[in-house]
Amino acid sequence: MNNRDASPSPAVSIPAGTSALPVPEAWRPRLEAQLAAQETVLAWLEIDLDARLRFSPGLVILTDRRLLAHAGGDADWQSHPCRAGLRLQRHDHAGVGSLELLDDAGRLAVWRYTLGADVAAGRLIDHFDRQIAFHTTGVLPPAAAQALCPLCETPLLEGQDDCPNCSKELNEPPSTWTLFRLWRFAHPYRWRLLAGFLLSLASTAATLVPPYLTMPLMDNVLIPYQNGAPINVQLVGLYLSGLFGAALLAWALGWARTYILALVSERIGADLRTTTYEHLLKLSQEYFGGKRTGDLIARIGNETDRINIFISLHFLDFATDVLMITMTTCILVSINHWLALVTLLPLPIIAWMIHTVREKLRTGFERVDRIWAEVTNVLADTIPGIRVVKAFAQENREAARFRAANQHNLEVNDRVNKVWSVFGPTVTLLTETGLLVVWAFGIWQISQDTITVGVLTAFLAYIGRFYLRLDSMSRIVSVTQKAAAGAKRIFDVLDHVSSVPEPVTPVHLPAVTGRIELRDVGFRYGTRSVTRDICLSIEPGEMIGLVGHSGSGKSTLVNLICRFYDVTEGAILIDGVDVRSVPVAEYRKHIGLVLQEPFLFFGTIAENIAYGKPDATRAEIVAAARAAHAHEFILRLPHGYDSLVGERGQALSGGERQRISIARALLIDPKILILDEATSSVDTTTEKEIQKALDNLVRGRTTIAIAHRLSTLRDANRLIVLDRGRIVETGNHDELMACEGHYYRLYQAQVQNEEGSGPGDSRAGNADKEEDRA
Amino acid sequence: MSAAPDYRLHRNAFGRLVFTAADGAVCEGVALVRAFPISAADAGFALVDPYGHELAWIDRLDDVPEAWRTLLAEELASREFMPVIAQIVAVSGYATPCVWTVETDHGRTDFILKGEEDIRRLAPPALMIADSHGIHYLIRDRNALDAHSRKILDRFL
Ligand SMILES: Nc1ncnc2c1ncn2[C@@H]1O[C@H](COP(=O)(O)OP(=O)(O)OP(=O)(O)O)[C@@H](O)[C@H]1O
Ligand SMILES: [Mg+2]
Repeated sequence: MNNRDASPSPAVSIPAGTSALPVPEAWRPRLEAQLAAQETVLAWLEIDLDARLRFSPGLVILTDRRLLAHAGGDADWQSHPCRAGLRLQRHDHAGVGSLELLDDAGRLAVWRYTLGADVAAGRLIDHFDRQIAFHTTGVLPPAAAQALCPLCETPLLEGQDDCPNCSKELNEPPSTWTLFRLWRFAHPYRWRLLAGFLLSLASTAATLVPPYLTMPLMDNVLIPYQNGAPINVQLVGLYLSGLFGAALLAWALGWARTYILALVSERIGADLRTTTYEHLLKLSQEYFGGKRTGDLIARIGNETDRINIFISLHFLDFATDVLMITMTTCILVSINHWLALVTLLPLPIIAWMIHTVREKLRTGFERVDRIWAEVTNVLADTIPGIRVVKAFAQENREAARFRAANQHNLEVNDRVNKVWSVFGPTVTLLTETGLLVVWAFGIWQISQDTITVGVLTAFLAYIGRFYLRLDSMSRIVSVTQKAAAGAKRIFDVLDHVSSVPEPVTPVHLPAVTGRIELRDVGFRYGTRSVTRDICLSIEPGEMIGLVGHSGSGKSTLVNLICRFYDVTEGAILIDGVDVRSVPVAEYRKHIGLVLQEPFLFFGTIAENIAYGKPDATRAEIVAAARAAHAHEFILRLPHGYDSLVGERGQALSGGERQRISIARALLIDPKILILDEATSSVDTTTEKEIQKALDNLVRGRTTIAIAHRLSTLRDANRLIVLDRGRIVETGNHDELMACEGHYYRLYQAQVQNEEGSGPGDSRAGNADKEEDRA
Repeated sequence: MSAAPDYRLHRNAFGRLVFTAADGAVCEGVALVRAFPISAADAGFALVDPYGHELAWIDRLDDVPEAWRTLLAEELASREFMPVIAQIVAVSGYATPCVWTVETDHGRTDFILKGEEDIRRLAPPALMIADSHGIHYLIRDRNALDAHSRKILDRFL
């Protein structure tokens, strides 16, 4: 889709001075046949849908004379010479964009494309409009003087080399060697891990001594005794103390190893969790919009745990196992290579088995993880919404949902366990059979006098250990696959690039005046176009009121200004600098935001007010609370500022929560204050009081206020009326009333409402919100 | 149910659907939307004006006069875009984001799946996949897909 047009190569015929992108390679031969001599290509759009919305590549080309289109499939080229009166329009619905060519009499053509091509369509329209203006007036309007991104023509700003739009399209899948990527977390502990490794190697080596000693014990002591010789007590003492010493050594080494590894394991786990969480916090709002809370909790909680155990225990175990098997093999071969060969017989079979079940297990475990996340999701969904559950008496349904998730969990687990449970015992069976073969072969060899009884005993003792190792190695298959599945899900988070990326070459703004400028801003949530062509410039210290119907895009505009989302088109500038080139955290320090749905954290009221400035003094906190008219109600609480607000501020009323969040915004003393329905849940008297307080605070700050109660915004320097994502009117209250447009109607409706049925308007807005979320 | 509607519909030269209400009020650029595009695609349609206000409700397309039915069907065909996946040909990898090549009722195409959570479970056998541009692909019955597709899909569920 979009990546197709990302391969610049020499153009067909581009005159010097125009910055048209080269036409895609595939179209060049066909296009050249169509173009007249000296006809130049100005812009093009690759379309990927035909008239019946079937996928099929097509091309719309603008030359200096005409619009040339190939609609895909077997269709012929269509040509529309440029002339006065022609218009190009685009709109989109459900992920499909339509580009329409119209004149005064009707529609001449329509082309459709999936939204990946929308930027190219916008570019085509710009060029087209200039061409038509040229054909009408004879003068070519100047192109935008700004530096544009060569790929998508988004304006580039000072300090930007990379286009913020294009660099977002990073769609490379993470490598499948995820487990090796975990090394990044093990690296700081490499010395301790090495020590643990050496210790476990040594302790295992120590356990290899006893079987070796059984060989002389048998051949030099027991067999001679059976043949009539007396027992050599000294020799027995020597061998036995050797055995005891080896056991003691193995114990001490094993203890040190376990301790060191447990220590390292916890640390790696903690690092992994915090890194993942820190990364998660930096991701954009868009990411959280698409994720379920339970899933994220499960990833950070369970999976990091599993991975750290893997790195610190199983991985090392595996390494020692491999070494140990090699060592044992060497010993065995050195004692008797024929017997050794027989002993190693089951090895290839086990290797093959591991290979076959591995993939099955990994996908199985991945699914288990996901299902587990689903179980957590149900909890994370229901517990915060418990009031709704109870209000509608849906406890049984929620219980059923949880039971269903658990059932699903069981089913998936059962499936993996089926594979897994067969695998373990099969390995055991193989090793037992191996043992039998060794016995048989050994007895035969003794009867041939090729080996001594001692050798066979030693062999059998070794094999016991050897097969034990094999067994544990086969068990590691499942652990590894579990860890790999977990690692993948962790790296899914860690690899996610924020859709609100940190600038590559940041422009620092230690202080701002508060001038905000929106240039042709367009934005869509997914495919849903919400705002388009918003141009607005807000002077420092100005108070702007945003009004419009519910769903007209007011909060969306605020989200964009706060950079919770990045604009899809156009740019937002603060003091003349694109917000995308300012470090995100630094930028937000300048903004005080009061949200439509106030959120309080578990903690005291003072902590909540000081959230944006943890080192605030008590005096500052009280001053902010006073300004937000929260002071008095706080004092009425049993513990004053130290009262706990409960999870999400449940212990407070809606209006109280709102006032606390106003105090929170005021405390950081921001240059830009954004109030999204900041006073919608308080009564009119309290609102008036807060308003009065705000009047003082608003002075000297750029303020953007949203309110459904239009009376709240009477003091605004300018009112911006939004309708379906566009600015339809601007002006102060009196001007807007005088022109009797949108605002006038909104105002009239509200005045009538208030006279008639009391304050109903903000309620209606809230009800709307509930529905949107459902 | 099939009392003749009291409004009229036609398509103008600009390709827009024009709605004429019983009282003669004319509204241009009317859209036909399904109320339950996935769970009950054939029942429940609304004619809405460009501002999103409902002009008329149509229970079933059979309720409207024959002549308009083609008009409305055309309107739906040109507006609706939810390709139904018939076969998953290949995926570039099992870790997201990855590129899927699929055969749909709108032809073959590639799309980018950003994350597993973009595969949404609908009422049991059905699934919906949202690609990186927000286009929704429907799988009506995941059990009815061929073995290869099912195997790929299983890895993501
Ligand atoms: N995260 C989202 N994903 C998809 N669409 C969204 C999202 N958030 C908002 N919208 C849509 O964008 C449009 C504008 O929403 P917005 O929240 O900006 O409205 P608003 O003007 O603030 O309304 P209100 O006065 O009710 O708060 C609405 O139609 C809404 O459904
Ligand atoms: Mg809002």
